[in-house]
Amino acid sequence: MKPLLNLLEKLEGASKKNKYLHTTYDAFATFLFQPKETTGLKGGVHVRDGMDLKRTMVHVVIAMQLALLHGFINIGHQHYVALGMYPDLFDGFFLKAAYGLLQLLPLIIVVHVVGLGIEFVFAAIKGHAVEEGFLVSGMLIPLIMPPATPLWMVAVATAFAVVVAKEAFGGTGMNLLNIALTARVFVFFAYPTEISGDVVWISYDYNLLHQLFGMKQHTLDVLTSMYGSLDVASMPKFVPESVKKAMDAGALSVASIADGAKGFQALVVDGYSGATPLALAAQGGWDKVLAAKLPDGSQQYSTSNLWWGIMPGSIGEMNKIFIILGAIFLAVTKIASWRIMASMVLGCAVVGILFNMLAVGIAAESQISVTSMFIGVPWQYQFAMGSFFFAMAFMATDPVTASATNTGKLVYGFMIGALGMVIRVLNPAYPEGWMLAILFMNVFAPLIDHIVLSFNMKKRLSRAV
Amino acid sequence: MINYRKRVLNLTNKLKYQSSLKLAATLALIAICGQLPAQTAESISQPSNNLEAILLAVSLITVVLVGFVVFMVSDKLITISAVRVRGESVLEDEDATADLSLIPSLKEILPADAHASYVGKVHNLKRGFDVKISGKAALVVAGDLNSPSHSVKPTDFLGMQPIPKMMVEEGQEVKAGDPLFFDKNKPEVLYTAPVSGEVTQIRRGEKRSIVEVVILADKQISFKDFGKADPNSLSREEVVSRMLESGLWTALRQRPFDITPDHNDVPKGIFISGFDSAPLAVNYNFTLKGESVAFQAGIDALRKLTNGQVHLSLNAAKTPVDTYLNAQNVEKHWFKGAHPAGTVGVQIHHISPVGKGESAWYINPQDVVILGRLFTEGKYNTKQLVAVAGPEVTKPQYYTTYKGANVGALVNNNVGIENVRYISGNVLTGTAVTTTDHLGAYDRLVSVVEEGDFYEFLGWILPSYARPSLSPTFPWGIYSGMEYDVNTNTHGEERAFVMTGQYEEVLPMDVYPQHLLKAIMARDFEKMEGLGIYEVGEEEMAICEFVCTSKQPVQAILRDGLDYMREQS
Repeated sequence: MKPLLNLLEKLEGASKKNKYLHTTYDAFATFLFQPKETTGLKGGVHVRDGMDLKRTMVHVVIAMQLALLHGFINIGHQHYVALGMYPDLFDGFFLKAAYGLLQLLPLIIVVHVVGLGIEFVFAAIKGHAVEEGFLVSGMLIPLIMPPATPLWMVAVATAFAVVVAKEAFGGTGMNLLNIALTARVFVFFAYPTEISGDVVWISYDYNLLHQLFGMKQHTLDVLTSMYGSLDVASMPKFVPESVKKAMDAGALSVASIADGAKGFQALVVDGYSGATPLALAAQGGWDKVLAAKLPDGSQQYSTSNLWWGIMPGSIGEMNKIFIILGAIFLAVTKIASWRIMASMVLGCAVVGILFNMLAVGIAAESQISVTSMFIGVPWQYQFAMGSFFFAMAFMATDPVTASATNTGKLVYGFMIGALGMVIRVLNPAYPEGWMLAILFMNVFAPLIDHIVLSFNMKKRLSRAV
Repeated sequence: MINYRKRVLNLTNKLKYQSSLKLAATLALIAICGQLPAQTAESISQPSNNLEAILLAVSLITVVLVGFVVFMVSDKLITISAVRVRGESVLEDEDATADLSLIPSLKEILPADAHASYVGKVHNLKRGFDVKISGKAALVVAGDLNSPSHSVKPTDFLGMQPIPKMMVEEGQEVKAGDPLFFDKNKPEVLYTAPVSGEVTQIRRGEKRSIVEVVILADKQISFKDFGKADPNSLSREEVVSRMLESGLWTALRQRPFDITPDHNDVPKGIFISGFDSAPLAVNYNFTLKGESVAFQAGIDALRKLTNGQVHLSLNAAKTPVDTYLNAQNVEKHWFKGAHPAGTVGVQIHHISPVGKGESAWYINPQDVVILGRLFTEGKYNTKQLVAVAGPEVTKPQYYTTYKGANVGALVNNNVGIENVRYISGNVLTGTAVTTTDHLGAYDRLVSVVEEGDFYEFLGWILPSYARPSLSPTFPWGIYSGMEYDVNTNTHGEERAFVMTGQYEEVLPMDVYPQHLLKAIMARDFEKMEGLGIYEVGEEEMAICEFVCTSKQPVQAILRDGLDYMREQS
């Protein structure tokens, strides 16, 4: 390690001429080598705990890795299934993994380049070291985006979140709102047309990397062989009549249709839609979720598919099992608060049960089936749909934006669980409630703490008299 | 750089004593013992030949027995060799003896809730954290320390004016108990010489402040005579004036603020913490042995100072020394838990919290003995046991000496490596000193730890040696009894507050430390008061600073707030 250390020391000298360079140098060098800084001689501890913010943040990233792994495999799986290829999860597994990875990597890179770039500049201007908070935000932002989100949109959202939600408040540790959710909410409200509907939850497009590896060509070959033998009548319904005729006549190929995302969407197999279980539940309750079918006729949202997350949706939020494993890891290592997680589950369950009771009442009065209403979805299945667990494990537990007192954490978690459920079920405009519930409670977290503290202060004052 | 080989050796050496290994060994033993007779029984149940079966059974039982005997003998040998390595004194040390054998003792397995009859209501503190550091002082007295010089440092006494009024000059001869200087604001409170000899140096610091008064100690200490007396027959004024005159008033400190109290005040109570839970701390059950008479006299004197009680807090998990058990006229309280359960602030909080406008005084049990001697012997006799401990100390043990002993004399030829930090006091609240320095007024321990001024490749995620931590992300955390070779590296850089609930997890008080610190930074007077700034001191909050992920200077912030509050009041 000695030569590397010498090289770094040389670089440090060189970087000192420019404050931006030096900040950047410092950020990387302290990752490579833990600094030789020692504790003060007087008025403080002489020995420090081995834990620091770098280790803390990286453990959150480690907890996300299973969700990330599932995320990119699922992107590939959904992509090929939508095109009528490889219906079983493990058919063409490596192709799916490769497609998903190549789709996800640019997203992660763009988020880090934009976000860290802004962090470095602000750190240099303010003259302090780059803090590690963005390590987690930078991993969370890609995981909560729909897989087909354009890169520029993610870049703008990241920049907005880092500048407005974080640096404007003073950087890591000072922000009021969760950074990753601010990015998500920005995309949601700034580009409502591009980012809503069923289409965004499945990635259809092929980026440059996919083309370089020949994946687009492979898909076109398979599709051509599939559709070459089909007659016009059984062609996908999205394909316009004129195109069908031209294809039939041999004048137009699959490749020429599939030029761009819209073209690929046209090739989606008949009857397949990217509607998420939440969208279906909002339309026709649990019955409709159960009725959804895959192209091969099997049930799309079976219990196992819901829990294992083999369905369309945001990248990292699908696999409940993997996310729960991550959540347990965070709770056991005491990096995330188990209080927030447990009370959030409780809040969600309580409201879910209340809704169920309400649904039974309504059903009795208006002679409709309980399970055809969103509020009638059995409360335990509410956990399996959408991104409850992801929000619980990684979003609500952000220590900076959550309540700081232990009692406050219980209230904070419960309120998120309850509010998120209300937004999910009762508000038709928003497909999912956690993003807004968490941001809302982020704003109220200091108030909760204030109340908890004022009880403590009152107790102390009453004792003094 | 780090001596990796030494670290690995230390680690394996320690693992031998780990409880989890013990448990595994015991379970394996039980499994073997259970399995073999079962097999034997099976073979007996289908005997082709009765004699054959009996022979088989007998031989199997013999094998088991022999195995068991071999195991027990080797366990005993390990224990013996461990005793040899760690010194005979471990047999006296209740902490150390428990983990020497591979088989957990009954005491370890069963919850130790059955208290001795003398133990009253126990304050069972669940929160806290013991920083386990290797090199705890063995319960051995290495003899009288031949300390060439002793000193008194005005800087040790919080709230004192930086330039005290000197009463001696360089070159002047003094007796133990002769006044050296006093604070101009409180001329009655005298600061006196711990030993007799020549005042060789009056060391000055910034702006002519006085940092240290050094006395070259006589071979035979001569004491100023204050006259023997029975504290019970004296009035409060007489006790106070004796304490002021002898310099023992400064052994008292006051909560809030940890300053020397005003002798005209009457506190709500006087608190003595009978045990120190800080890392490597002095074991009072050892150092106070045979001091019953002086201790009782000290207690009697303290009783005169307050209208309330004298409270003595004891560790419910250990057998207290007779000096404590025999003490009369004192209210005993029992505490159990990890550090900071042994700090007086935590104890006051649980016994009778200090509110606004109130004050509680506290004194170290060793100083109670010294105070007692003022009455039983009529002398300011600060003779006491001082420990030298820490991972870098070759032979961690106790020495007999007077207050303010020379650090160099204490650590002489007893430290393995050169790049070390000597700390007067424990590693959480102590002050770094050099070998020419002297122990602080309230310190009875020199901790020696390695300076951590080296880089560590990817040290934040792949640590190359074991280090203590509150965080369960470090794998060695599963060895609950493991002691660590610590160094002074910060293990990370200072950051803004990010994590929450960490301070609360280690501070067993109804206080929100992080919010209190923020209130101090914001100079929010009412909030500081409301959140209990009067109840905490650096001693209690030091553990918060240790565990802080953001490496915040908790004690410095708290002292800043306490100074601010003192100015305001």
